Amino acid sequence: MRFSEAWLRTYVNPALTTPELVHQITMAGLEVDSAAPAAGQFSGVVVGEILETVPHPEADRLKVCRVAAGLGEPLQIVCGAPNARVGLRAPLALEGAVLPGGLKIKASKLRGIPSFGMLCSARELGIDEDASGLMELSEEAPAGIDLREYLQLEDSLIEVDLTPNRADCLSVEGIAREVALLNGLPMTLPESRSLVAAHDQGLPVNIEAPEACPRYLGRLIKNVDRNAPTPLWMKERLRRSDVRSLDVIVDVTNYVLLELGQPLHAFDAAKLKGGIRVRYGRDGEKLRLLNDQELSLHADTLVIADEAKALALAGIMGGSESAVSESSRDIFLECAFFTPELMMGKARRYGLSTDSSHRFERGVSFELQDRALARASELIISLAGGLPGPVVEAVSHTHLPQRPPLLLRAERIQRVLGIAIEADRISRILCGLGMNPVSHAEGWQVTPPAFRFDIAIEADLIEEVGRVYGYDHLPRKHPTIPAAMLPVSESRLELSRVKQLLVDRGYQEAITYSFVERGLQKLIDPEIEPLALKNPISAELAVMRTSLWPGLLDAAIKNNNRQQNRVRLFESGLKFIPLPDGLDQPKSLAWLAMGPVNGEQWAESLRATDFYDIKADVEALVMLTGRTGRLSFVAAPHPALHPGQSAEILMGSERLGWAGMLHPHLEKQLGFDQRVFLVELDQSILIGRDVPRFRSLSKFPTVRRDIALIVDDTVPVARLIAVAREQGGTLLREVVVFDVYRGPGVEDGKKSVALGLVWQDESETLVDARVEAAVAAVLESLAHRFEARLRD
Amino acid sequence: MITLEDVLKHAQGELAAAESLGALDQVRVHYVGKKGLITEQMKTLGTLPPDERREAGALINQARDQFSTALEARKAVLEGRELEQRLARETIDVTLPGRGQHTGGLHPVTLTLQRISELFGRIGFESVEGPEVEDDYHNFEALNIPASHPARAMHDTFYFDEHTLLRTHTSPVQVRVMESRTPPLRVIAPGRVYRCDSDLTHTPMFHQVEGFLVDRDVSFADLRGVLYEFLTLFFEKDVQVRFRPSYFPFTEPSAEVDIECVICGGGGCRVCKQTGWLEVMGCGMIHPKVFKFVDIDSEAFTGFAFGLGVERMAMLRYGINDLRLFFENDLKFLRQFPAF
Repeated sequence: MRFSEAWLRTYVNPALTTPELVHQITMAGLEVDSAAPAAGQFSGVVVGEILETVPHPEADRLKVCRVAAGLGEPLQIVCGAPNARVGLRAPLALEGAVLPGGLKIKASKLRGIPSFGMLCSARELGIDEDASGLMELSEEAPAGIDLREYLQLEDSLIEVDLTPNRADCLSVEGIAREVALLNGLPMTLPESRSLVAAHDQGLPVNIEAPEACPRYLGRLIKNVDRNAPTPLWMKERLRRSDVRSLDVIVDVTNYVLLELGQPLHAFDAAKLKGGIRVRYGRDGEKLRLLNDQELSLHADTLVIADEAKALALAGIMGGSESAVSESSRDIFLECAFFTPELMMGKARRYGLSTDSSHRFERGVSFELQDRALARASELIISLAGGLPGPVVEAVSHTHLPQRPPLLLRAERIQRVLGIAIEADRISRILCGLGMNPVSHAEGWQVTPPAFRFDIAIEADLIEEVGRVYGYDHLPRKHPTIPAAMLPVSESRLELSRVKQLLVDRGYQEAITYSFVERGLQKLIDPEIEPLALKNPISAELAVMRTSLWPGLLDAAIKNNNRQQNRVRLFESGLKFIPLPDGLDQPKSLAWLAMGPVNGEQWAESLRATDFYDIKADVEALVMLTGRTGRLSFVAAPHPALHPGQSAEILMGSERLGWAGMLHPHLEKQLGFDQRVFLVELDQSILIGRDVPRFRSLSKFPTVRRDIALIVDDTVPVARLIAVAREQGGTLLREVVVFDVYRGPGVEDGKKSVALGLVWQDESETLVDARVEAAVAAVLESLAHRFEARLRD
Repeated sequence: MITLEDVLKHAQGELAAAESLGALDQVRVHYVGKKGLITEQMKTLGTLPPDERREAGALINQARDQFSTALEARKAVLEGRELEQRLARETIDVTLPGRGQHTGGLHPVTLTLQRISELFGRIGFESVEGPEVEDDYHNFEALNIPASHPARAMHDTFYFDEHTLLRTHTSPVQVRVMESRTPPLRVIAPGRVYRCDSDLTHTPMFHQVEGFLVDRDVSFADLRGVLYEFLTLFFEKDVQVRFRPSYFPFTEPSAEVDIECVICGGGGCRVCKQTGWLEVMGCGMIHPKVFKFVDIDSEAFTGFAFGLGVERMAMLRYGINDLRLFFENDLKFLRQFPAF
């Protein structure tokens, strides 16, 4: 909400500068977004009255004006504004005037005709954005008077960003109430006089939905001059509150809204058929609003209707048919209270948000209607004439909000705020807040005022006490914390260690969006229908990822397009797998490598990353868990991977994840110009770790035998190793693969695999015979299972 | 006849002429090898009469010793020379870059999260995570944000259906922890959160850290103390901190925490919108209604909770001036944050 500081100071005028005032209310919870001057810095500008205009002989668009500027002879001013006309009063910058931005006004010639000053637009004075023509001042504006003085421009426009609980501050009076409290000053309300009904005609009001509208006041004002001008002071206050002046009736209702926080609505009485009915809309009922929007109503929407049809969206916006227009003479002024809980979300449902709905949703004082209606009537009659009728009131007291007294315990204040505040101080704060405190054995019995909708429990009162006392005056303490140690698990590998290892192996951590483009997601994981957002921000961010690969691939392509040919990225985060009975959100770890293994360098030729590089990454990670013995890679197809370079990774019998080369088909489709390798692991399986168990060290030497085997090219080496382990006896400690060879000397379709087998006993030196027997057993089994034979 | 003296003299000449260890060894073999000239002399001893043998043997041994001494001397010279040559040959340009894998780095959001977790970890806050696809109950209802509450409009929520959404804050973890455990509780909950908003200063996904402490006597003064300490330690300087009253449905009293602008030092700049202050956290005392939802007795226990935006902290800490950079994953950006 924006308000004029000068307006506020008519209620309460503390001895504070503008920045001090801004700081004070900000620190009381009314956060000030900005405080801007009501006009730019300028001097030497007066009210000018155009007495005569003559076309400029040399320029079609220019006029030569004679302008009265108070004392002395009228001045000759050359002006190009389209609205320059005889009788107009507009700001006149005299010779020597300085305009915002430092522009000095001097007498000059425009196309040969001397001009002794400049007539100004609102924009040139930093008052408004309007630069369409001269700023039009009131016909009563006295020529020659200093404009700053006339418009009272020494003012700041303060924009407060109010939290939803502080509806009571959505008015100048509400802000003034806070400022008075914070400074311990009384508040002066504007003078108002009571009206005597000039006729006895009312309009029957029937509330059919008292839970939503417990109070409805109305008054018929006859014979109003809707075309009467709005006075300058009101226009200026509206303008400074960011409200456009329209006509005197709307201006008055808006003015009272700003002054008191009570929305009002005026109907053209001639358009009403019978009495007012406050009822719910009928499903599909039509209503055309003031903004020309045609609504089809829902049955839970409250409307103001007459006997015939819905006239207005209650508390949100009036209808166009019953609106006050040029021809209106008699108006019916409405001033109601609508229940906040039943107003919430209603405007938004129709795509609307108005000053009125904003206030009713958050809560307007239910005791304000009488005052607000009186204030609006008084202003209308004084500005636009008219004969007021009696106030018609319909009220359902049982449906008005209740304000049961609350107990505020002194001990609880101290416990929650951490400080003992003197009882006297607390009493004064509560009084200032209008809380009507009454002493009680434990503290105070407090009754919140009708304008506060955010005080329901004791904690709300404690906040009020703390807020007004000043949060920054509360102490800073160290909490008393039990000195209990937190457990540190050694059978869990921390994710931070896992990330660190990948970093040490040259990977850069990425964070990609958890939602991805459906098409990309489907390419990677065609078998799962991903969870789709109902309201995605764009098609690129529309479905929840079922793998971290789409995000990494997208990041890699983008980097590739930014001339990065070597990309190594990893990411950890949740993925989202729809299940028949819900959703699984497992933690995943994935990485991507493309381009040379190492960065470009002088010492070695570049080697492209291949499957065994990413496999080594997996092995290094698993080594951290001490479970290398349970790790295995099994060739298995994956829709996103090259069928010949795709592996399911197992830990024992559990699937740890997948590794492989991006399918060449996808490589091309996604626009990569080189091979891409991918890994994705399930974090819950990865982080399991074994606490190491010590085994005694053998003092006896190891014995190694190397065997070179010829087998079918299709035989996985892992199976050869498994058989070797199985047949090598309990003393076999290690099997290493030290060569794999295809080519001359080995027939087509075969390969030579060289294994090194290492034995060791803990209690004696192994004799050759035992080792030879073990080798023979291994060879025999390999020959039997894989037709393996020793290479010659 | 060639005398022993001649042989020795000749041998010494050859030793001196040997220019490599290989050549030197040939000389050695030639004279003292199995069939060497000096060795052969020994063999002739048997042909001498017994009374001459002793003297002749001593002479030969003497010659042999002299030869060996000369040999060792020459060997030392040649070895020294060879070492010199090797050193010269093996001299490299130590200014050439090293070989092999360079290290990567962690994302600045992770660096910031680790820093936050570590600071709170030191006073016993345990890190807990929760689901990102949440239900309406944990994200809103149990945090005292009923349907159609105006506060919901402050959260631009991504929905899957009427009851399922992407969490808009990490506060639902607070509910989940309090549902399943009993106080005292000291927990932080870092993680991704989502809002349906995207422009210069908003990304549809970002990170928050929720923290809370529940015990028998936790006060707003404790909250002030902990957050003040955290902020000064996080930024490693004595920043000005202010607590501004605010509103969150799940805390009462509620506050927003501002720090003196770390960019301009409080003088006013573009980043702090000329106010000299930067909003960094929201916090407050846990609302009794939230305690009620999770069945904790709000008369017996009090607690504070806070939530902070991780990207904001990272931007202020590392001087990053564009939020969108965090999720573009441009290597040129990521490489600026080496892991440590």
